[in-house]
Amino acid sequence: MATVKIPTPLRVTTGDLDTVKGNGKDLISVIEDLESQFPGIRERLLDENNELRRFVNIFINGEDVRFLDSLSTTVTSSDEISIVPAVAGGSKNLL
Amino acid sequence: MNSYCNGLECRECGRKFNLEPIFACDFCFGPLEVDYNYENIKADLSKNKIESGPNSLWRYAPLLPCNPDFKVDLGDGFTPLIKADRLANAIGLDNLWIKNDTVNPTWSFKDRVVSVAIAKAIEFNFSAIACASTGNLANSVAAHAAAAGLDCYVFIPQDLEQGKVVGSAIYAPTLIKVDGSYDDVNRLCTELSMVKNWAFVNINVRPYYSEGSKTLGFEICEQLGWRTPDHIVAPMASGSMYTKIWKGIKEFHKLGLIDEPKVRLSGAQASGCSPIATAYENNSFTFIPQKPNTIAKSLAIGNPADGYYALKQMAETNGHASQASDSEIIEGMNLLAETEGIFAETAGGVTIACLKKLVQSNKIAKTEETVAVISGGGLKTIEAVSDVANNAMLIKPNIDSFEMNLAH
Repeated sequence: MATVKIPTPLRVTTGDLDTVKGNGKDLISVIEDLESQFPGIRERLLDENNELRRFVNIFINGEDVRFLDSLSTTVTSSDEISIVPAVAGGSKNLL
Repeated sequence: MNSYCNGLECRECGRKFNLEPIFACDFCFGPLEVDYNYENIKADLSKNKIESGPNSLWRYAPLLPCNPDFKVDLGDGFTPLIKADRLANAIGLDNLWIKNDTVNPTWSFKDRVVSVAIAKAIEFNFSAIACASTGNLANSVAAHAAAAGLDCYVFIPQDLEQGKVVGSAIYAPTLIKVDGSYDDVNRLCTELSMVKNWAFVNINVRPYYSEGSKTLGFEICEQLGWRTPDHIVAPMASGSMYTKIWKGIKEFHKLGLIDEPKVRLSGAQASGCSPIATAYENNSFTFIPQKPNTIAKSLAIGNPADGYYALKQMAETNGHASQASDSEIIEGMNLLAETEGIFAETAGGVTIACLKKLVQSNKIAKTEETVAVISGGGLKTIEAVSDVANNAMLIKPNIDSFEMNLAH
């Protein structure tokens, strides 16, 4: 089972755990496994089209999965998966 | 004093949060942004009040999300807006201004965001300040932390220019070089921010920090006589400064300080790290992250957090993006120095090179009054242009030797 590091904003779903275990041959199946353990986590990571939300970054052993095979990236039990929020700002429409 | 800030609000899903050192929505991970009470600000702010304020960005204090009693002001912001006729002539524009942010206390625009972030960190009662930086932010955080007497931890990629490394170390922070790119440093610091009780200015204090860049927009309007130019060209790394300039202009309009802005905003990137400019060229709002390879290290963010918002803003303001190669960046630095007497770092070379390309391709019309934002000083990146030193003459200390060499 791969190790998954959970960022602070997501710990509301994991009962405050900062590190959990996830089972699956690729990233999407690990996320499905996390959903079965921690209901609600999936919709925080994936949008309605089943794609990674715009401000969610996921790294496997330090590499951004967008440089790998995104949600299809192969995962092994020795892998460390880090979920990290993008740190954006932006500006809402004021006009 | 009226309250100017209601709280934080998720930019994506609108959920509300208290004014705390948090940066991401716990539902959708969207960025959190300060929700201002513009009615209270409008009641307390006027052109006269601003004009009689300090000669720093603190003249706009009601529009900054912190208590100015906690400010650490090294003279940050309110930099000159310089009419650049010789450069305008060289690149084919009628009317060009340079917003010269090379003259900030640590020689880059980052003093704007840090000035606000440090005040907020002190207000939050943090005892230590930290940041992930491509160099300029590190310099500014280390300087302001020294002036405030706060512990300081500065994380930088290990391949930075010597000027930027020394420019942090001199203020005696704990300086940490990371064996990786800026994007690696940023990920590490985001993870550290969840285990250390430190104010990471561009992470857990980011909703406040990033507001400092609005002051570039405020100043451009005020210095032009309370109006906007036709076009602004700014460099893009994360895309934050580019988006906050526009936010500042929109706020000035909302408060009745300027007429409805028609300004177009264009962004400049280096070809060796151009995720935003490349997405623009592909007519996409979704950028693809890149592994940076450019001499413009201050812009070397391959995974720009505000890239999406920058692309939306280009569409909203009818602006453009452009990108410049390393040799074009150096030409840009030389051109700015030779025509206007302003020595910019590589990011300034990117801005000038992209400005020139946008004019050449008629994306900026000759008649558009344009402001180019020059974000950092050239002594930080002398490696890029050190060849110019070879142009010096070497003579004997007598007139004959001088005249003989001059004739050659």
